[in-house]
Order: sequence, then structure tokens, then C-alpha cells
Amino acid sequence: MSAEKTENLSWIDKRFPLSETWRAHLSEYYAPKNLNFWSFFGSLAILTLVIQIVTGVWLAMSYKPDANLAFASVEYIMRDVDWGWLIRYMHSTGASMFFIVIYLHMFRGLLWGSYRKPRELLWMIGVVIYLMMMATAFFGYLLPWGQMSYWGAQVIVNLFAAVPVIGDDLAVWVRGDYVISDATLNRFFALHFLLPFLLAGLVFLHIVALHHVGSNNPDGIEIKEGPKGNRWSDKAPADGIPFHPYYTVKDLMGAVVFLAIFSYIMFFNPTMGGLFLETPNFQPANPMQTPVHIAPVWYFTPFYAMLRAVPPMYGSQFPGVVVMFASILILFALPWLDRSPVKSMRYKGPLFKGATAIFVVSFVALAWLGMQPASPLYTLLAQIFTVLYFAYFLLMPIYSSLDETKPVPERVTS
Amino acid sequence: MRKLILATLTLLLIAPTALLASGGGEHLEQANIDLRDQASLQRGAKYFMNYCSGCHSLKYMRYNRLAKDLGIDEITLRQNLIFGDAKPGDLITKSMTDDDALKWFGVVPPDLTLVTRWRSPDWVYTYLKGFYVDETRPYGVNNLVFPLVGMPHVLGDLQGRQEAILEPPHEPGKEPTIKGLRLVEKGDLSPKEYDTLVRDITNFLTYAGEPIRLERERLGRYVLLFLGFLFILAYMLKKEYWKDVH
Repeated sequence: MSAEKTENLSWIDKRFPLSETWRAHLSEYYAPKNLNFWSFFGSLAILTLVIQIVTGVWLAMSYKPDANLAFASVEYIMRDVDWGWLIRYMHSTGASMFFIVIYLHMFRGLLWGSYRKPRELLWMIGVVIYLMMMATAFFGYLLPWGQMSYWGAQVIVNLFAAVPVIGDDLAVWVRGDYVISDATLNRFFALHFLLPFLLAGLVFLHIVALHHVGSNNPDGIEIKEGPKGNRWSDKAPADGIPFHPYYTVKDLMGAVVFLAIFSYIMFFNPTMGGLFLETPNFQPANPMQTPVHIAPVWYFTPFYAMLRAVPPMYGSQFPGVVVMFASILILFALPWLDRSPVKSMRYKGPLFKGATAIFVVSFVALAWLGMQPASPLYTLLAQIFTVLYFAYFLLMPIYSSLDETKPVPERVTS
Repeated sequence: MRKLILATLTLLLIAPTALLASGGGEHLEQANIDLRDQASLQRGAKYFMNYCSGCHSLKYMRYNRLAKDLGIDEITLRQNLIFGDAKPGDLITKSMTDDDALKWFGVVPPDLTLVTRWRSPDWVYTYLKGFYVDETRPYGVNNLVFPLVGMPHVLGDLQGRQEAILEPPHEPGKEPTIKGLRLVEKGDLSPKEYDTLVRDITNFLTYAGEPIRLERERLGRYVLLFLGFLFILAYMLKKEYWKDVH
């Protein structure tokens, strides 16, 4: 490309660093050659974000953010708008798939130690992205104006009311009313439209940070610190290969598999048995009738389970709210909690591996418990798993330094 | 390792469906509907318009969409399925006003477009078969899956009268429980004919809940087939590029 620049390209390059950007971030960005299955989820997350933004904009062309019209406008999209059903199912399936991809992407970070020096900021930008994604999903879930939309939003906004002293005023400020109402729907629609674009901006920063420090790999070895010189450049890391074309073709393959799973759900099981589209949400919101059992969508249930696990103190749910938010905010501290001399799970010892296994079990168990109606046994289980969830992080400085690690090889293994 | 991960992912994707599907409180009969059975759907539409549409709307559904999907021509539609002055392009609203409904039944009868989606086809089927005589209720009937229902048994003449078979309470002082229903007075239809009628209505309402369903599953096969071919190409492309990476 650079050898024989066309006239047009050199015209552009004098005014905008097009070739330079292409080289720096694609054709001469050297990624470790041993990236495996887990590395698909970064590019898949971008793909899903694009799907969500494009389908979302098209939905907004027919959707009406009005408490009297919203529910019917969704059915209008499903029945009367050309291909509206496909766009709507793409968006509703995409929401859940986005969280699946992001959870796997974050778990990859955990496996490879991708939050460790020098990637602390990269990780923290990622956590902010995750938080903003949760906010976007929460705002979006109100829009169909079904029973679960309405009562789910009611429960979550009431969390703000649990804040001491200013709680009630805060909840009214969030809702714009004393109950979830048309005013709430309007502002949630506005925010649901805005946040994904901010999210895209954060993703840009995430990639800038990534390309500054370089990609991690399953061995957790810094290829930049290893020997230099490969087929393409004398100065490039020996274990690096150009992102384009190697990882673009590889990620393309991953994207096709992902789209196949996505399409299978979208075309054959769009509700996922009530997990992706909750059954009560096929009934329009009715402020006079509370559903028997209110549960948030599956991707929020681990945190909902932790919220319910904490008993009220002095008649206030506030401690539960604090625990719930702490369970996410603690991720910011992860880079400094891990004291292990090695980055990757491959070379960590039994203590760290065991702790991670318990953590995964706790997270999945909490997700399941958050979907169930509360019972004394389930509350007790949720309490145990909440303690285990936090123990994973809070005890990490101890068990990670006591752990017996394996020797890390000089060069990446495949 | 990779196979293991893929297997785990597949399980994670499928498991919740089975988990949630197995839940549910009351015992429901299997509706065994078939959305491809157009004759059944047409009969269901006819029964709905004759017995249900006075009080229940299908307000997200249009007459002409229904006619097109169910293979009903416009003349038949206008003559047999549209009552009042509605036009084929109109939404299927009900003739009764909400004020009258409140006066007569104490509640506004719900719109039924999505009833099979927030209940289930089996629930609707069991509900329509579940009316039994209960003199304490304003319309003389109660329902197995919808206790204290406000609706009269509109299909009562067809089904006949059913009575509850009571099981004496296990502890004294408690209410007796209902073990099942028994036909005590024959209706215009035999029990088998009535089951078919109820199945047709359920089939039609399931269609109305998601008119695009068959089309989406048909398209889905082509999409998956296409992605399958695309995967082969993408896989070969990747192999070709990666053969010099060691």
C-alpha cells in the first residue's frame, strides 16, 4: 500500500494521517502470535455495539416514547414496519449477547492478568465502559413499557430512595415524578439514545490505551520486552504478527460463528425462554397491578441477588445498595489487589486458580438466585455467595502472594 | 480445551431455557397446536370473531394482515369476519365500551393479541376448558386456572356444564381442593369436538401473538445455511493467511 501511493491517497495523507493511522493500528500493529479463543470477544464487543447502535437508530424511527403509545408502537414495529420484527429482535437479542460477550471479555482479562501493570488504565476504562453499558441497558429496558419494564425500573429507582437524607428527593429527581411515568419514559429514552455514543467514545479510548501498551496474551508475557525483529520489521517484537491481515481474518472467522449463534437465537428462540425477553413484558405496564415476581433481566441478577442478600439495617435498604454498587466498583481496585509475581492464570498456583473457580461458581450462582423469588434458604445461599464474591477480591493480596507460581517462559508458547 | 469451552458455552446457552420452561404453578394441559394448519387457524379466527371479539380486542392486529396470512380472501373477510363498519386495514378493536365492561363484569376484558405470549398457549387451552359451575360467582361459573374469573362461560352451550370433583380437606376446617372436572350436562358439541374448537382458538391466538413466527423460522434456516458457507470460507482464509505463522 505504502510503496505505490496513488495520487488521491497522497493528497489525503498530506492533510490527514490516513496511511499512518492504518499502519499504526492495523497493518503494523504487532499483536502476540499466540492469541487464542478468548481474544475473540474484544472485536465481538465492537461488532455488537455497532449492531445495537444501528438497529437502535432504526427502531427509534418508529418507536414512540410516550406512556400511552410506547407499548403499541413496539407491536407496530413487530407487525407493520417492514422488517421491523427483525430489527427489534436483533436489538433485544443483541442486548443480552452484548453482556455475554462482555462478561467473557472481562473473564479473559482475569485469566490473562490483563489488568496488571502496564494495563491498569486500560482495565479501568473497561470498567467504566461496563458501568455505562449497564446504565444504557437499564434505561433501554423501560422503553417497551411492559409490566417488567415498569416494575423493574420502579425497583431500581427505589434503590436511590434508600440513600439516607437525600434519598427521596434523589429518586424524584431521577424519575421526574413521584412514580415511574411518562416523564421518566421520556428522559430514559433520551439517555438510552445518548449513552451508546459516549460508549463508542470510551471504546475509542480503550483501544488507544490498548495500542499504546500492546495486547496481552494467554501467557501474560510482554512481547515488547522480548527479542526484536520479525519478518516485517527489525524493530518489531519477534513474537508479534501484524494485526492486519492475521487477526482481521481470524476475528472474521470468530464473528461468523458469533453471528450464527446470534441468528439461531434471534430466528428460533428470541425470548430465550423468558430470559432475553421476559414473559410479563408482553403485558403493557400497569401501575395499579404489581407482578407476582419481579426480577431484573439475567445480566443484572448477580447484583440484584447481592442487594437482596444484605439485611436492612435501622429499617433502611441502604447497606444492600452500597454492597451492590461496591461489587462492581471493586473491579477498579483489581490491578492493585493481585500481588502474584506472574500475570497469566497459566502460571499461577493452586490458591489463585481455586479462588477463581469459587468466584466463577459464586457469580453464576448469584445470577441464578437473583432470578428466583426470595426464600430463607435462597437468601442464606445468596449471603454465602456474596461473601465469597467479595472474598475473592479482598483476600487476593494475601493468597496471591502466598501462592506457589510456576516459572514463566521467556517467549510466548502456542 | 477449545471443544470443552464451546461445549460449556452451548450448555450455558441452552440450559436456562430448559430451566425456565420446567417452572410454572398449576397443571396445564398440552394445547398441541400447529401453526402450519391453516384450516385450524381459519376456524379459530371464525370462532374468535363470533364468540370473543364482542368483549375482547386484538388491537395490535389488522384484519387484512390476518386474512393474508391465513389465506382468507377479501370477500370472505368482509362478509364473515368483519362486524360493524371496520375496514380491512383497521385494527381489530372490540365493540363493547370500557365503561359498559366495568358495569357488567367489574373489569375491562383484556386485549388478547399477546395473551399466548404472557400466559402460554397451554394456559389459554386449559383455561377455555376449565370452567365449572360455582353458584357463588356472579355468572355462575369459576375457572380452574383463573380462580374468581369475571368472565361468563361464553362457550358453555357448546361444552355443556362441568362440575368440580372435590377432594375432602386433609385437615378439618380447611377448604376442599379440586381434583378435576366432570361433565354433568352435555353441550352441543361432544368433548372431542369441543377440544378441537378450543385448540383452534388457541392456535389462532398463538398466531396473533406473533404473526411473523413461521416466516422468521423459515428465513432463519437460510441465514444459518449462509453463515455455514461463510464460515467455511472464513476458515479457509484464516488457514491460508496463518500457514506461515509458527
